[in-house]
Amino acid sequence: MSTPSVVSSQSSQAGTGQMREVTLGQAIRETLAEELRRDPTVFIMGEDVAEAGTPFKVLSGLVEEFGPQRIIDSPISEAGISGLGVGAAMTGMRPIIDIMFGDFIGLAMDQIVNQAAKVHYMSGGKLRVPLVIRTTLGATRRTAAQHSQSLHAWVSHIPGLKVALPSTPYDAKGLLKTAIRDDNPVIFFEDKMMYQLKGQVPDDDYTIPFGVADVKRAGTDITLVATSSMVQIALAAAEQLAELDISAEVVDPRTTTPLDKETLIASAQKTSRAIVIDEGYERYGVTAELAAVIADGAFYYLDAPVKRLGAMDVPVPFSPVLEDQTVPTAEAVTQLAKTLCGRV
Amino acid sequence: MTQTKAPREQSAQQRAADVREGAEQWMLAYRLMLRIRFFEEQVNDLYRTARMPGLAHLYSGEEAVAVGVCQALRPDDYITSTHRGHGHCLAKGASIDRMFAELLGKEPGYCRGKGGSMHIADQETGNLGANAIVGGSAGIATGAAFSSKMLGTGQVAVCFFGDGALGQGVLYEVMNMASLWKLPILYVCENNLYNEYTHNAETTAGSMLARAQAFNIEAEEIDGQDVRLVYATAQRLVERARRGDGPGFLLANTYRFHGHHVGDIQRTYYRSKEEEEYWKAERDPITILGNWLLEEHVADAAQLERIRSEAQEEVTAGVEFGLNAPFPEISEVTEHVYA
Ligand SMILES: Cc1ncc(C[n+]2csc(CCOP(=O)(O)OP(=O)(O)O)c2C)c(N)n1
Ligand SMILES: [Mg+2]
Repeated sequence: MSTPSVVSSQSSQAGTGQMREVTLGQAIRETLAEELRRDPTVFIMGEDVAEAGTPFKVLSGLVEEFGPQRIIDSPISEAGISGLGVGAAMTGMRPIIDIMFGDFIGLAMDQIVNQAAKVHYMSGGKLRVPLVIRTTLGATRRTAAQHSQSLHAWVSHIPGLKVALPSTPYDAKGLLKTAIRDDNPVIFFEDKMMYQLKGQVPDDDYTIPFGVADVKRAGTDITLVATSSMVQIALAAAEQLAELDISAEVVDPRTTTPLDKETLIASAQKTSRAIVIDEGYERYGVTAELAAVIADGAFYYLDAPVKRLGAMDVPVPFSPVLEDQTVPTAEAVTQLAKTLCGRV
Repeated sequence: MTQTKAPREQSAQQRAADVREGAEQWMLAYRLMLRIRFFEEQVNDLYRTARMPGLAHLYSGEEAVAVGVCQALRPDDYITSTHRGHGHCLAKGASIDRMFAELLGKEPGYCRGKGGSMHIADQETGNLGANAIVGGSAGIATGAAFSSKMLGTGQVAVCFFGDGALGQGVLYEVMNMASLWKLPILYVCENNLYNEYTHNAETTAGSMLARAQAFNIEAEEIDGQDVRLVYATAQRLVERARRGDGPGFLLANTYRFHGHHVGDIQRTYYRSKEEEEYWKAERDPITILGNWLLEEHVADAAQLERIRSEAQEEVTAGVEFGLNAPFPEISEVTEHVYA
């Protein structure tokens, strides 16, 4: 990433301790370690999570500290581990299920959608499913159509599920703690390309509540609402726009469900223009929902239609020349923002 | 676990006759296995020199399975393949040129650069596609067998998958149907001992073979490093399936010589150097066949050497073709979403 990471500007930081620089991958790992230490009912299950520490090496070292009873290598059985996670969550454990690539949630969808999401409601509020499913999103790794999708819209659509999309090490840590301590099933998406992204995190324990958006950069002329992998793109675009004397505000919802509608709407009301940027397929995607929320809530303040930039509606192609066409870029955001601001 | 079994008990004369008769086929098998080996070594080199986008899962060490099985197939028989699929594609008759072009994301590639290493499909050779979802092609292969039965074409489908796919439920759903409806399919489980970075002893309970047997599927476990044995067993199961006697399951014990993918260099934490050295030194399918060809006087050392250099030349020419080929037009990105 070309732009430096920006420390969350509005989140309240508990404690008075020191800040340290870590990568997003390290932030995830240390959060998991802290929660495994804090709560003996937490365990991790997934493919190659133990000695291998996942293909992204995000879990390296956990099995050494917590042992194979709590960091459990599973068979290649996404439906099975997700279903087992639901049942274990209903009966006293706090499972963290690792689905290596977001694309593979397809194999686990019944367990997630028809089981995990509905148990609490169907039982009239009696049963709880404190389950976390950690998975990944993001293209441009040259891994083609079955390893590159950003499918967080699928689960954002389902009542009963919560969905977190961290974009900085600080957010990753605070949101993952909340996810693990939440009594509902949470699907937690990590951008594969962002594991090396660096940022500051406090030494002290802290959580970030779900449903609280974060203004990653303040501005006055246009709102760029961006999620996960697209936050850095929006920040880079905001830099480019600043050169042109356009002041862009970058807002990261951080969770799609629950959604902080107020912050999104307030920002658009202030700037009078908004673009929503998300790496999921554009059609029927997260951008559609967020744009509708803004259009509805800020209608009388808007000087331009709310615009959307999502992944192109095609299976992610392998060839780099094609793949690079499919994901929003800072240049595309800048171009669209200029147009909305009447600066062609 | 590995059990070596001669194709059949034979008299000395019978054996000599078989050797003569099979000579041409085994010489071809030798060539095909070398072609795959050199192809994969070239892929590794492309990766190490940063000339290939993404990653690839190499088939080196497992060549006898693809070659032996595909030699038992008709040109119009179907196969489905896996993330470790280059060997299957080549064994079924794919061209080296177009494979390299695909791996490099180029326009003349089998999928016009859209698929890459893990998604090569080639209708002309009956290859319904490699698959990056573990177990992802079990349904496709079974569906192809179903078509063959419905249409009465006599084609057989072969579903290649790794031992890791035994974790996927869909495999059991389709094996049940294949047996119920006597579909012409052969499930080929390439047991290379590992699911990515985890030994299958940690992921797979009970007997692999019994999984198929429970569905009343004719199942055989063989040494997957012996191409002649692979061929003989596959031949029997394929012809049985073609006759309408029901599906087969072939458990081929094998080993991958490289890491899980080209970037998996540090791997002593999950498998020992000694184990790797043992398989390379003692269980290389190409060496095993080469020695047999020499012992049975089917070929002399010079002939084998010639095949080796020809295979190497084909691969060298193929990679040149791929490197020099153009990328697809950017406008192609929105083509082929719908038929
Ligand atoms: C459904 C699914 N889960 C996980 C993966 C990630 N993955 C790719 S290859 C692999 C291991 C496959 O092992 P095996 O089937 O034995 O094949 P091998 O690599 O040994 O040839 C895994 C877990 C995947 N591609 N698809
Ligand atoms: Mg395997």
